[in-house]
Amino acid sequence: MAAEEKFTPQTWPESPEQATLEGKNKFLGFWLFLGGETVLFASLFATYLALKDSVPSPDHALAKDLFELPLVFLMTMLLLTSSLTSVFAMYHMKNYNFKKMQTWLFITVMLGFAFLGCEIYEFNHYVHEYEHTFTSSAFGSAFYTLVGFHGAHVTFGLLWIIALMIRNAKRGLNLYNAPKFYLASLYWHFIDVVWVFIFTVVYLMGMVG
Amino acid sequence: MSTIAHTQKRGFAGTVWDYLTTVDHKKIAILYLLAGGLFFLVGGIEAMMIRIQLAVPNNDFVSAGLFNEIITMHGTTMIFLAAMPLLLGFMNAVMPLQIGARDVAFPFVNALGFWLFFFGGVFLNLSWFLGGAPDAGWTSYASLSLASEGHGIDFYVLGLQISGFGTLMGGINFLVTIINMRAPGMTYMRMPLFTWTTFVASALILFAFPPLTVGLFMMLFDRMFGAGFFDVAMGGNTVIWEHLFWIFGHPEVYILILPAFGIFSEVIPTFSRKRLFGYSSMVFATVLIGFLGFMVWAHHMFTTGLGPVANAIFAVATMAIAVPTGIKIFNWILTMWGGSIQFTVPMLYAIAFIPSFVMGGVTGVMQAAAPADYQFHDSYFIVAHFHYVIVGGVVFGLLAAVHFYWPLMFGTMLSEKLGKVTFVLFLIGFHLTFFIQHFLGLMGMPRRVWTFLPGQGLETGNLISSIGAAFMFVAVIVLLINVVVTQVKNVKVGMDPWKDGRTLEWAIPSPTPFYNFKQLPLVRGLDPFWIEKLEGKTEMTPAEPIGDIHMPNNSFTPFMVSLGLFIGAFGAMYHVDDKGWAIPVLIFGLVVTFGSMLYRSIKDDHGYHIHKEELLDDANKGGTR
Amino acid sequence: MKQKLTKGRLLIVFALLTLVLSGCGEPFLSTLIPAGEAGQIAYDLMILSTVIMVGVIIVVSIMFAVAVIKFRRKKGDESIPKQVEGSHVLEIVWTVIPILLLIILTVPTVITTFELADTKAMDKKNEDGTTDALVVNVRASLYWWEFEYPNQKIITSQELVVPTDQRVYFNIKASDVKHSFWIPAAGGKIDANTDNVNKMWLEFDNEKAKEADNLFYGKCTELCGPSHALMDFKVQALPQDEFDQWVTAMQTVDAEAAPQDPQAAAGQEIFNQKCLSCHAVSPADARPEAARLAPNLADFGDRTRVAGILEHNEEELKNWIANPEAYKPGNKMTGTYGELSDQELDQLAAYLMGLKLEK
Repeated sequence: MAAEEKFTPQTWPESPEQATLEGKNKFLGFWLFLGGETVLFASLFATYLALKDSVPSPDHALAKDLFELPLVFLMTMLLLTSSLTSVFAMYHMKNYNFKKMQTWLFITVMLGFAFLGCEIYEFNHYVHEYEHTFTSSAFGSAFYTLVGFHGAHVTFGLLWIIALMIRNAKRGLNLYNAPKFYLASLYWHFIDVVWVFIFTVVYLMGMVG
Repeated sequence: MSTIAHTQKRGFAGTVWDYLTTVDHKKIAILYLLAGGLFFLVGGIEAMMIRIQLAVPNNDFVSAGLFNEIITMHGTTMIFLAAMPLLLGFMNAVMPLQIGARDVAFPFVNALGFWLFFFGGVFLNLSWFLGGAPDAGWTSYASLSLASEGHGIDFYVLGLQISGFGTLMGGINFLVTIINMRAPGMTYMRMPLFTWTTFVASALILFAFPPLTVGLFMMLFDRMFGAGFFDVAMGGNTVIWEHLFWIFGHPEVYILILPAFGIFSEVIPTFSRKRLFGYSSMVFATVLIGFLGFMVWAHHMFTTGLGPVANAIFAVATMAIAVPTGIKIFNWILTMWGGSIQFTVPMLYAIAFIPSFVMGGVTGVMQAAAPADYQFHDSYFIVAHFHYVIVGGVVFGLLAAVHFYWPLMFGTMLSEKLGKVTFVLFLIGFHLTFFIQHFLGLMGMPRRVWTFLPGQGLETGNLISSIGAAFMFVAVIVLLINVVVTQVKNVKVGMDPWKDGRTLEWAIPSPTPFYNFKQLPLVRGLDPFWIEKLEGKTEMTPAEPIGDIHMPNNSFTPFMVSLGLFIGAFGAMYHVDDKGWAIPVLIFGLVVTFGSMLYRSIKDDHGYHIHKEELLDDANKGGTR
Repeated sequence: MKQKLTKGRLLIVFALLTLVLSGCGEPFLSTLIPAGEAGQIAYDLMILSTVIMVGVIIVVSIMFAVAVIKFRRKKGDESIPKQVEGSHVLEIVWTVIPILLLIILTVPTVITTFELADTKAMDKKNEDGTTDALVVNVRASLYWWEFEYPNQKIITSQELVVPTDQRVYFNIKASDVKHSFWIPAAGGKIDANTDNVNKMWLEFDNEKAKEADNLFYGKCTELCGPSHALMDFKVQALPQDEFDQWVTAMQTVDAEAAPQDPQAAAGQEIFNQKCLSCHAVSPADARPEAARLAPNLADFGDRTRVAGILEHNEEELKNWIANPEAYKPGNKMTGTYGELSDQELDQLAAYLMGLKLEK
């Protein structure tokens, strides 16, 4: 039962993230947590849609003036790819291949940082080119809150994965940390799904006006 | 590896440290009971001040501004800091035992949930001493709460945000516990009703709190960081707050009442010596109420001006909830029918609950008729209605639970005599206070009024109502005396003190061992302990041989995580005043919180094992440690 | 003897009647004594739902009482009652009957919801932009009410004047924080929002209005600040011809005219210096809404209350002007006009009380 028991690829269980009761609990608890997060983002989306293009005077920039597809498309690709690389990482986790898992997680983290960089550039662009800020209009508040909440999730996810990678760099996989890696990747997928909705609802629907 | 011995520190400081670091659901339950009880008293004193002010027209016992602070804090405290934590306390105390679990799924998160709630509640109440409490009502509607000066609303927003995180964690924890940690044979349809209602209420918490979180964030951003969500001049919209608040607020009502239903569903069969009538329809009704609870929030907004289509739809949806609630009422009555009813204090509360709650329920249906609600809305009729369901339902449930589960939690029995005094006083006071308020509302008295003018026909009703409040106040004092007397006498009562216990929690030796079950029990049907007793056995059949038991370590980290947010909240709040220290304090607080989380994440905590030999040893000493 | 008996009977009837009536509240305030169509609709629905619900309570109470009394445990009774699982028949019965009862309630609910929301008459505009229906724009502010009659081009405040026996339509909004517009005797309430205009209609029966001395009470029912409880207004429901007279009188007010009484004339001086920037005395106030910072006082002398709550006499008026904070905490008037001497107060009061319409 000892969580730190050493394994070989042969003795490593099929679903290491759910091989212990703690793992099973975490797995279920985290899914439920993501359910709550879904409602959280749903509330943010609803608010954004209600306040979209609500500006105090006509000279404020609207959604159709702001967004540029190429940049947002690039960001979408970066995040979608990072989701894929985290799947690879989990594949190697299940096969007890710690090194390859770490490598793919590293790539995931790099893609995540690239995404964050784009987002910071994007926000900066809106603020300086269009004077579209958090405090310029209700539209601005809703936009930065929705996309910013997502950005904060990305940041937290990155810090989490990095912390896990560093903490476990020396000791490899066991049944104690396998669920942790798995949950981090689940979180990462969730962030990705939310982004797909942001891309559709905020950017694509924003550009058609 | 560590053993039992390391949890044993002696002396008062040792006990305090033990409770500060505990991850044991039974001790966390006691913490919830203490903290929730304390806030209940604070909210009760606020209620008394309201009734004193309104006893006569043109009274000036408190000033207008202070009155608004008092009503806001009364509502907020009673809902978020008294009723919910007390229910969470009983869920913690009872639910894991009912399903035959050794602890909840995440003992650490359980402690974290408590400390977040506690620090959030303390933060909110500190507002009294730091420039004034929130004064925009517990609903804190956006235009008024943005216009409110001082830091009152900031305390509300930050305090509720912190304690809300704690509640959310509690909800997830209970869900996982119930799904994953049931004893062998404890199928879903054998779970006691209190476990079922805990399950549904937890699911409601999980889905209802995020909208509140979002709403509170928006208000925080508006008030502290210049955002414009609810600022009409910036293109904002105040009705968004109303929606978000009530999408949370209506399920919240069911988060409170469902566990109370659960408590009564335990009490009534126990003291009728009869199994719950229509168990499966009770479960079905519980789930249905939880589901419909999310479909009806706009009935709080009939007068907002949503238009006739929305009003008609929400009116019909709201009426639908009456059906499953009615099913429950009839099932309780039929449980007593043909039973052998013993009038213990918990049973008295259960019996008083049925007619009281029916009255609160039917006025709810009356309000669902939108055009009638145009008259009821925001009048004293509403005040009467929700006190009938919250006091007549939830508080009666809590009082029943205090008496019913006291032996389980503390090993002693509250005095039945004093308990009956409390019951009679409280019942009289409750109806005296709130029944007349229906008519005050119909006679044209709006709610949340600081005073009323003479000559409008409102004098007598208000005076009667205030007299009733005094009865309830005395009742609560008698209850406190009862608690003190009982604990000073400290007469231990042993296991199954009510003699008619039906469910697993009564099958455990008293006091409950800290690992709950030496061997997990084998559950053979609904009311498993009752089944064993009918076959002449005195304890459960074990489902496993005696073996090592894995236990979690105590931890001070939950306290630190919560403390960090508590400190950080002061920074966030005072940064509006351009105080130089504010931002550093905010950052410091967040560093404490996230640092503690990182510490938790990095430092391995595998818990410890109680070895088989120690358990056998324990058994010889009579189950105590 | 016989006469005595009838007298006695009459007395009893009257006593009962007063008891019942006092149980229903005051005719100028209570929802239980509806003063017109909208109030009646709500009242009928309230009665229907109450009857159904009292029926439910009676049935439940009887079952409950029988169960509790009949099945209480006798002393020393250790028998185990029969363990009953449930009954499908019973469960279907108490599912279906409530559903039927609710349907009885649902139908009128839906119909009247639409009926009360029917404000189409407001949209039927004549060529000059006016409507045939009487429209009042209600604007709620901390802690007073403005009533603008767009068709008649007059503005008043604190005391709404309406004709009886016809539907009056309202546009309702708030200028600072949310309020809610409620005339309990006349019908339901609707919120005064900051972000949109809400519409509703009310109607006042001539007969019912007479019972209430043609004067109804209105209330704010959304918590709006310290003096929320004191944000009252009054409604004068007048027969059509009297209403028309009032409108004509309002339209012909000469706000500039100097009062004859020297005391009042001095008061006008002070008023023009210290009060006029917020308060108007002309019903045809052409300033934009945002500039109308305080109640219009054009017919102040005819009103029934000072500040909506105090007795209408010079003494209370002076008390109010001397220290409004003492009567309505948190109001926007306090401190905007400096200290006034006793003499100045007398003069102001004389002027304001003289602001009456030509009769």
